[in-house]
Amino acid sequence: MKTQSLFGSSEMLGGALKESFVKLHPMRMFRNPIMFTVEICTMVMLVVCIWILMGESSQGSFAYNFSLFLILFITLLFANFAEAIAEARGKAQANSLRKTREETPATLVTGEKISSAQLNLGDEFVVHAGEIIPADGEIIEGIATIDESAITGESAPVIREGGGDRSSVTGGTKVLSDRIVVRVTTMPGESFLDKMIALVEGASRQKTPNEIALTILLAGFTLVFLIVCITLKPIADFASTPITIASFISLFVCLIPTTIGGLLSAIGIAGMDRALKANVITKSGKAVETAGDIDVLLLDKTGTITIGNRKATKFYPAFGVDERNFLKAVVMSSMSDETPEGKSIIELAGAPIIQLENPVFVKFSAETRCSGVDANGVRIRKGATDAIKRLCEKAGNNFPEDVAMKVRDISQNGGTPLVVSENENVIGVIELQDIIKPGINERFARLKRMGIKTVMVTGDNPLTAKYIAERAGVDDFIAEAKPEDKMNYIKKEQAQGRLIAMMGDGTNDAPALAQADVGVAMNSGTQAAKEAGNMVDLDNDPTKLIEVVEIGKQLLMTRGTLTTFSIANDVAKYFAIIPALFMVSIPALQSLNVMRLTSPESAILSAVIFNAVVIPALIPLALRGVKYRPIGASALLRRNLLVYGAGGIVVPFMGIKVIDLLISLCL
Amino acid sequence: MHTNAYFIIIITVALIVLLAIPLGKYIAQVFTSGKWSFDKVFNPIEKTIFKLGGIDTSIEMNWKLQLKALLWMNLIWFLIALFVLMNMSWLPLNPDANPSMSLDLAFNTAVSFITNTNLQHYSGETAMSYLGQMTLMLWQFISAGCGIAIAIYVFKLMSQQQEKISSNFYVLFVKANLRILLPLSIIVASVLVFSGTPMTFNGKDVVASLEGEEMHVSRGPVAAFVAIKQLGTNGGGFFGPNSSHPFENPSLLTNVVENVCILLIPIALVIAFGQLTGRKKHATMIFMTMMVGFIMLLLPAISAEMSGNPLIGQMNIDQQYGNMEGKEVRFGSGPSALWAVSTTCTSNGSVNAMHDSMMPITGLVTLTGMMINGFFGGVGVGFLNFYVFIILAVFVSGLMVGRTPEFLGKKIEPREMKIAVLITLLHPFLILTGSALASYIYMNHPDQTSGWLNNPGYHGYTEMLYEFTSSSANNGSGFEGLGDNTPFWNYACGIVMLLARYLPIMGPVMIAGLLASKKSIPEGPGTLKTDTPTFGVMVFLIIVIVSALSFFPALTLGPIAEHFSIY
Repeated sequence: MKTQSLFGSSEMLGGALKESFVKLHPMRMFRNPIMFTVEICTMVMLVVCIWILMGESSQGSFAYNFSLFLILFITLLFANFAEAIAEARGKAQANSLRKTREETPATLVTGEKISSAQLNLGDEFVVHAGEIIPADGEIIEGIATIDESAITGESAPVIREGGGDRSSVTGGTKVLSDRIVVRVTTMPGESFLDKMIALVEGASRQKTPNEIALTILLAGFTLVFLIVCITLKPIADFASTPITIASFISLFVCLIPTTIGGLLSAIGIAGMDRALKANVITKSGKAVETAGDIDVLLLDKTGTITIGNRKATKFYPAFGVDERNFLKAVVMSSMSDETPEGKSIIELAGAPIIQLENPVFVKFSAETRCSGVDANGVRIRKGATDAIKRLCEKAGNNFPEDVAMKVRDISQNGGTPLVVSENENVIGVIELQDIIKPGINERFARLKRMGIKTVMVTGDNPLTAKYIAERAGVDDFIAEAKPEDKMNYIKKEQAQGRLIAMMGDGTNDAPALAQADVGVAMNSGTQAAKEAGNMVDLDNDPTKLIEVVEIGKQLLMTRGTLTTFSIANDVAKYFAIIPALFMVSIPALQSLNVMRLTSPESAILSAVIFNAVVIPALIPLALRGVKYRPIGASALLRRNLLVYGAGGIVVPFMGIKVIDLLISLCL
Repeated sequence: MHTNAYFIIIITVALIVLLAIPLGKYIAQVFTSGKWSFDKVFNPIEKTIFKLGGIDTSIEMNWKLQLKALLWMNLIWFLIALFVLMNMSWLPLNPDANPSMSLDLAFNTAVSFITNTNLQHYSGETAMSYLGQMTLMLWQFISAGCGIAIAIYVFKLMSQQQEKISSNFYVLFVKANLRILLPLSIIVASVLVFSGTPMTFNGKDVVASLEGEEMHVSRGPVAAFVAIKQLGTNGGGFFGPNSSHPFENPSLLTNVVENVCILLIPIALVIAFGQLTGRKKHATMIFMTMMVGFIMLLLPAISAEMSGNPLIGQMNIDQQYGNMEGKEVRFGSGPSALWAVSTTCTSNGSVNAMHDSMMPITGLVTLTGMMINGFFGGVGVGFLNFYVFIILAVFVSGLMVGRTPEFLGKKIEPREMKIAVLITLLHPFLILTGSALASYIYMNHPDQTSGWLNNPGYHGYTEMLYEFTSSSANNGSGFEGLGDNTPFWNYACGIVMLLARYLPIMGPVMIAGLLASKKSIPEGPGTLKTDTPTFGVMVFLIIVIVSALSFFPALTLGPIAEHFSIY
């Protein structure tokens, strides 16, 4: 069952099989130097087979040579299949996302009805309730509730509104209410999904620096073994040991790192695919790799660490103020307050709604930083401590000492104090508390074990910020953060050589997203933010960064462990092939045949067959990725060395022996 | 008898380590700016040298200028060497009236000495004047000094306080010679003189043999020559038989002293690395990895030599002293095995026994020591070889822990990988193509190669393989039994020595230079520590795998086949 889900439908399997043959084209094989040399070897074996058919007798039997040719050919197909299946999976993932948005009718603002495929950059279209949004764009007019479940899988509808940070809509999602006018922000065929699909398909897939460096190492190994095999000819002649072409080719193909060479591109594609599966669209393979190296993670407090809304938890009337009066004032001030905080105050007060005469509500604004109501002959305000303090002191009233103390207490305990005044006299404090998301502590502990520093960004005052940071297990925080603070923090850390990841949605996040090494923009964010980052999270989930980091680490680890495995395999292959090459003319070397393989021919065939089948056997691992464990770098190295290094030495000994037994049974 | 041998071996190894630690600290002191002991003696001499040479010691050099200075200096000395060697017959200090060298032999010899290889296709007593010997002695200082200077520069690039070490190649070079090699050589030469090694400019001595015939005994300024030969991992003997000659190595005591000298500076440089860079844990990791490798090569050799040759055993000949063919009775089989492994692991190349006559297993480990060439390795350059292996290990293990690989806070990217891979490729390329070419010529042109090999079969092939391995490792020891003073061997080995000396110096210096110019990444908890035993194991595995994989087929047809056909 497992493999089925891994390889997808039979249709996908068939497509990948076909693609494996298409990829045999030398121009395409050339991109992968290791498998390209195998292709040349296969062709040489074909020539040898024809040569034998024409009467040559020094190269062994036709059956032996032809089976070697077949095995090499299958080795190539296996390697191509690995790449093809990875591509197919990625494409299927992307296509299922894209399918929803193809061929949707679009209504332009002019009233003209066209197909979504005809939409161009800058076109403006109208969408009404019940219609599907035909293309990615930005709302320029109106507000609407939108069902984004087609993309995110999240059933709760979201609100999108023109002008703000949540103005972006995605093609394929459905408008549930109201009417909006949307301007197309991407060229047809250039949406993030289109880019991602192109990345997966290989047309625009570029090798990352790390992939290049690894390819250099692997090419180095290939070259060494080329030298080893070519120079062996005169040396063997000197020892009067004739070696057939088939033996040379087998030795060479077994020694060069075909396992990792065959799986390398599949590993890279699978990395992007895993990101896509986590509903993250990456703009380049490099971004995923970089994510694995992240040292510092910037996280917004609200929505990430705490549940979006604060709740009122306690009332503290000032000294000498009657509690009932205070409650009454509190309820009055919050009656028009539709924010979750306001509602929670009324809830906590549990008092009946008070009839207000000619109420004049004062809305909260960024300048005054307080809200309230003028009614029943009193002026009630509630707001930030310094705002109310200024208000009262302006009227010539003192800020009571006991309230100031209470404010400090609340702040120190991570709460947010909301000071209430009546006719410019302070009458008490409301304590609002942040609710830390359940389970977030464990996630931060895991990040810490991975060696990543977490930084919380919040508009709260330093005391509150410190309290929440401690409770959530965050390493550092930026309090009273202004948008440019994020940017400065990133620059400061980068100057010390650290790699920073952050998540953002607003236009004012865009510069920081661009500056960060990994910038994940939320899909609900503005176009500017999405352009600036190098990944887009379709789920708008701020904790997604943690997964992205693990995907990046997995990608590098899979490369490293399979390289180790591939090279370690050579030890056993040597012990299979070297005695087989020399045993006939130097019987003393029988002692090297530690596996006691039946005959030189079966030894060579077993080694080459093992070399071929190990590729498909490892495809599931390459696609799934090696599991990352946050147990510290040295412990992880020890573990992987034991599993893939020692395993890489032992497994082929057993595998080759088993294949040899099977061959000797068949013949 | 065996307990005696074990005692000598253990004492020698212990002495090496015990002496290397203070020497390493002294070396670190020499290259750290500040006031130090012996300044009164050395400062005036240094100043005079810099003045005479017109060297501005305040000039800072980057890696490109370092390499330029090194290469130009070597080229000039090479030309001088060529001139002297080809004109010795009429130049002064030639009491024995020895002839000048032919072009191919002079080319080979000059290359051999500037590259710290000291492969000798001649015999000193008949082919060299004292002027020639003195010139060669000078090059033994120069080549070792270059190795130390360039290694110190790489240490500087890896150091946490770079400003404390000079970056002027000439300063490093002069200090290495004046403050390290020269004083040590004087001490060792004195021990040798007291033990009976000649130190004279007089020509051959004439003595009457027991039969009453007249014997001409070669001598010369031997003690000075031998001292630097051992200390600088040079290995070029004054006489043809090298340190098995009673004048070069008169007693068991001098044998221990010379064996200590072979490993002394290569080990001390690892200690100095820790001191100079402030990375003592790294130094420990490197030292332990090298030492484990050294001992793993040493044990089979000692066991093989001390248990004797089964073919001789079948003839009912007593072998209680082990395999004594080709060995000096005053040293014995065990200490000779220790010497053989020391000299091949360090690219020294001096011999006190004939490697040709050792057991195939010893042949295998001496070859392996040279193929790896990083278990201590040559003075300075051994560390550079090891550095390349570290880079490869960092790359693979970095990936295995899920980070793009970094070493000492610097990211390893395609450019560094390209250099590291090319340098790793070079050694197998030179050795394998060289011996393949020789095999090909031997098989296809028997008329020209009749004098080449003493032995047929696997052993004959091993003689050729050994010659190229020794050249490429800049080792210089000969398996012997190879008629190597022919234009083919002189030129082929000369070219191999040149490439194998300068490219593996340039590569690591380039890598270190490129890494030094990169932005430093602070070490975090997710960083792979490269100073742990785990990482040491990783480096060890990389070394074993890279060498085993590239040389296994070649070794199979040589010592391995020979071993299995004896046992």
